[in-house]
Amino acid sequence: MDIRSKPSLKCNVAGIESINPFWLASAPPTDKYINVVRAFEAGWGGVVWKTLGEDPAVVNVSSRYGVHKNRGNIVGINNIELISDRPLQTNLDEIIRVRKEWPDRVIIGSMMAVIEERAWKELAVKIAETGVQGIELNLGCPHGMCERGMGSAIGQVPEMVEKVTRWVKEVVDIPVFTKLTPNITNILWSAEAAQKGGCDAVALINTVNSITSVDLDLMAPTPTVGDQGTHGGYCGAAVKPIALNMVAEITRNHDTKDLNISAIGGIETWKDAAEFIALGAVGLQVCTAAMLYGFRIVDDMIAGLTGWMEEKGYQTIEDFRGKAVGNTVDWNNLDMNFDTKALIDQDSCIECGRCHIACEDTSHQAITFDVADNGKRIFTVIDDECVGCNLCQIVCPVPECIDMVPVDNGLEYMNWTNNPLNPMNN
Amino acid sequence: MAQDSCNNTINNNFDDLHKPLNLQQAIAESGRCLYCYDAPCIQACPTSIDIPTFIHQIRSENTIGAANTILTQNIMGGTCARVCPTEVLCEEACVLNTSIDQPIEIGLLQRHAVDHLMKNSKQHPFERAKNTGKSVAVVGAGPAGLACAHRASMLGHDVTVYEAKEKSGGLNEYGLAAYKMVDDFAQNETDFIMDLGGIKVIHNQRLGDNLNLENLQNNYDAIFIGVGLSSTWSLDLDNEDTEGVLDAVDFIESIRQTKDKSQVEVGNDVIVIGAGNTAIDAAVQAKRLGAENVTLVYRRGEEQMSATSWEVNLARTNGVSIKLWSAPKCIIADEHVAQMEFVKTKTKEGKLVETNFTYTLEADMVLKAIGQKLELDDLNGIDVERGKIVVDENYQSSIEGVFAGGDAIDCGEDLTVQAVEDGKQAAHAINSFLGGDS
Ligand SMILES: Cc1cc2nc3c(=O)[nH]c(=O)nc-3n(C[C@H](O)[C@H](O)[C@H](O)COP(=O)(O)OP(=O)(O)OC[C@H]3O[C@@H](n4cnc5c(N)ncnc54)[C@H](O)[C@@H]3O)c2cc1C
Ligand SMILES: Cc1cc2nc3c(=O)[nH]c(=O)nc-3n(C[C@H](O)[C@H](O)[C@H](O)COP(=O)(O)O)c2cc1C
Ligand code: SF4
Repeated sequence: MDIRSKPSLKCNVAGIESINPFWLASAPPTDKYINVVRAFEAGWGGVVWKTLGEDPAVVNVSSRYGVHKNRGNIVGINNIELISDRPLQTNLDEIIRVRKEWPDRVIIGSMMAVIEERAWKELAVKIAETGVQGIELNLGCPHGMCERGMGSAIGQVPEMVEKVTRWVKEVVDIPVFTKLTPNITNILWSAEAAQKGGCDAVALINTVNSITSVDLDLMAPTPTVGDQGTHGGYCGAAVKPIALNMVAEITRNHDTKDLNISAIGGIETWKDAAEFIALGAVGLQVCTAAMLYGFRIVDDMIAGLTGWMEEKGYQTIEDFRGKAVGNTVDWNNLDMNFDTKALIDQDSCIECGRCHIACEDTSHQAITFDVADNGKRIFTVIDDECVGCNLCQIVCPVPECIDMVPVDNGLEYMNWTNNPLNPMNN
Repeated sequence: MAQDSCNNTINNNFDDLHKPLNLQQAIAESGRCLYCYDAPCIQACPTSIDIPTFIHQIRSENTIGAANTILTQNIMGGTCARVCPTEVLCEEACVLNTSIDQPIEIGLLQRHAVDHLMKNSKQHPFERAKNTGKSVAVVGAGPAGLACAHRASMLGHDVTVYEAKEKSGGLNEYGLAAYKMVDDFAQNETDFIMDLGGIKVIHNQRLGDNLNLENLQNNYDAIFIGVGLSSTWSLDLDNEDTEGVLDAVDFIESIRQTKDKSQVEVGNDVIVIGAGNTAIDAAVQAKRLGAENVTLVYRRGEEQMSATSWEVNLARTNGVSIKLWSAPKCIIADEHVAQMEFVKTKTKEGKLVETNFTYTLEADMVLKAIGQKLELDDLNGIDVERGKIVVDENYQSSIEGVFAGGDAIDCGEDLTVQAVEDGKQAAHAINSFLGGDS
């Protein structure tokens, strides 16, 4: 008899219990009662309500999203929307209603205000009174709001990040999440500032400043509003690598490693989720994937993560959380004597030649191209030339056709810090 | 009313066999292309179209550029996209043609690009080089002749094309299956080719009849012969000239030349004799015209059929029944054909032999598709071997300054795309012959 029970996805994010780590990020999917209820029906563990500001509510423009596609697939989208454009009280009333109807789900209230103590404090208190389990400070919008001194205009200045976090912490007794912008030089400066301000968690990343494309007929960046456009916030699959790195920067930094992280950025599948957790995130937030496919994607996130945890023998999220942090090191600590070579499986090779031309033109001329008597095109790796860069494996269209095989060169572990070539060692 | 709808059905049967791709389909399909290096598909195309490049151009929404890539190598890229047996050419070579995937629809993508250019581009995509003062005569306005004329004109020569028939295009106009060449594509393409300038076509001019080689030699600096195969083999059976017994090519020509297909005469019990392109096309079109029973009879087995397996399947899915290992024995007829008798065959020590078993089939129409051949009388003494004009590696015949290509010579398969390649290469050879850079 299998005595193990099914793995549990229950988690605790900065003191807030959640049935699973999958929350919807503050954005159109969490804009109002109907969306949020539909999300909870679909199985999402929590939502961060669309960012609220002081009345009068903002006015949005028409034509709001741009898209970046590659071979017909969406790589990322950007948006030029502002914060909630509905009256504050309407939002607060709806939050109260959903909190009552869905007691086991999490609602975090997201907010933004001008850089005035009064504004932050008054708004935070109003939102906290609705019964939300936490408050998130939006210091990230890289478009529109920043021109009015909000969003990334605050998030880009560590002193302001700290100040705003402290103001809100002073007036509410629920967890405060400081949401960080990636449009900075060093994410640690923002994370440390939030920590100093007393935040209970950091949430990252907000969108990346971007222009997704230029309409070559209108000669204007997209999305176009009339015959003009503006830069907007980029998100979706394309930004996942940026977000993963920023999360890792925080979790492997001595002073911030214990910060609770609600990770955001390009999460589409359970695998993306597992990767963020492996780098130390305690919770997750999703926006673009839900906007592109609907709330139903959470089904597979839940089933996929559970199945994978079962296969790996992890009972809880804590069992594997942060497991990749220790292996994420500075370049200086990599083994310079480690050697790996490409190996092409001739049986599964379909003879497209992509590996050859990639290596020949742009890498190390390490893949030969011969034509056999029977016409078969044969691609072979010259081990002595191969530096193990992975490019051929990356471009190969056949899964598992090119394997990168570590070779035993008899050399001991040696990194840059103990390498004789390092001038610091002389 | 009932008659009208029946006629409509028949005409609908001659709509595009392969529906063209719309933009969305073309982008999706081009996205599957792996953009192979030194791609096998290029080598498999007789005209060496740079297929990965044109597909990449479709993907980048540079559709006109894609068409230019195609037309640079093959000025009849539009017809070839419609009629090439891609399953044994480019698409057979596609590396995705493995058990795990389907080859890229190269033909349909090619059609997408070329049709786009022909529809949307106001200007002919090529320019003529500076006039060389030399003149070239082309005999035959089929794919070989027109491809030669186009390239020779591009190279700066003045070209006059002499064509026996009333219209240009050769088998593009008179022979290819109607459902592959809808909306008068052959004439549209001919007009497109002529838009280059420098080419004059004179119709109703037949070499060996109202036109002779010597005159051409006197009046032109070089000559290209692209007369195709305008004669056919016969069965050598009694009653072969009775009513109801036709050459398949003539039957197909009448389909191609009749706008309202419901007006084409077809039998009820049709027998097609042969195993190539022409036989398949005749059988399928007979069926689509409304014939009740169409039987294709071949004296050998399926493996020996020269039609591709894709075409054989097309015949089967169109309801053509195929009888193998049967040789025509006699045509039973009064004034009109009534039946045909066949004898079963087999191979013995590698040779085809007749057995003692015979059978008869009802027939009110018999279509002969056992092969086309050169009309030797037309050739005014040009050397011919094994039924084809002899040429050297520069497409030059036994007579200096007289070049030849297409079905009339023995080079690769008798396919439109091969004829285009011959015409193009011969034009370069003629250019060298006339003292230009090849
Ligand atoms: C029924 C049928 C179906 C086919 N289907 C396909 C197909 O699906 N795909 C494919 O790739 N190929 C197909 N082919 C083959 C293809 O049509 C030929 O390979 C191609 O047309 C050869 O081109 P050509 O220019 O050499 O000859 P042709 O196309 O035959 O052109 C020769 C031209 O010369 C003219 N001519 C002939 N004699 C003289 C003369 N003495 N003086 C002046 N002019 C003359 C003719 O009128 C004609 O216009 C098919 C052929 C047939 C018969
Ligand atoms: C493997 C690799 C190495 C690079 N090295 C450098 C570099 O040494 N110096 C530099 O200025 N940019 C470098 N770049 C950045 C590129 O020049 C370019 O700015 C970047 O790849 C973005 O362009 P792309 O994505 O369109 O290729 C490198 C990029 C790659 C992919
Ligand atoms: S791993 Fe890099 S260097 Fe080695 S064969 Fe592949 S592409 Fe070339």
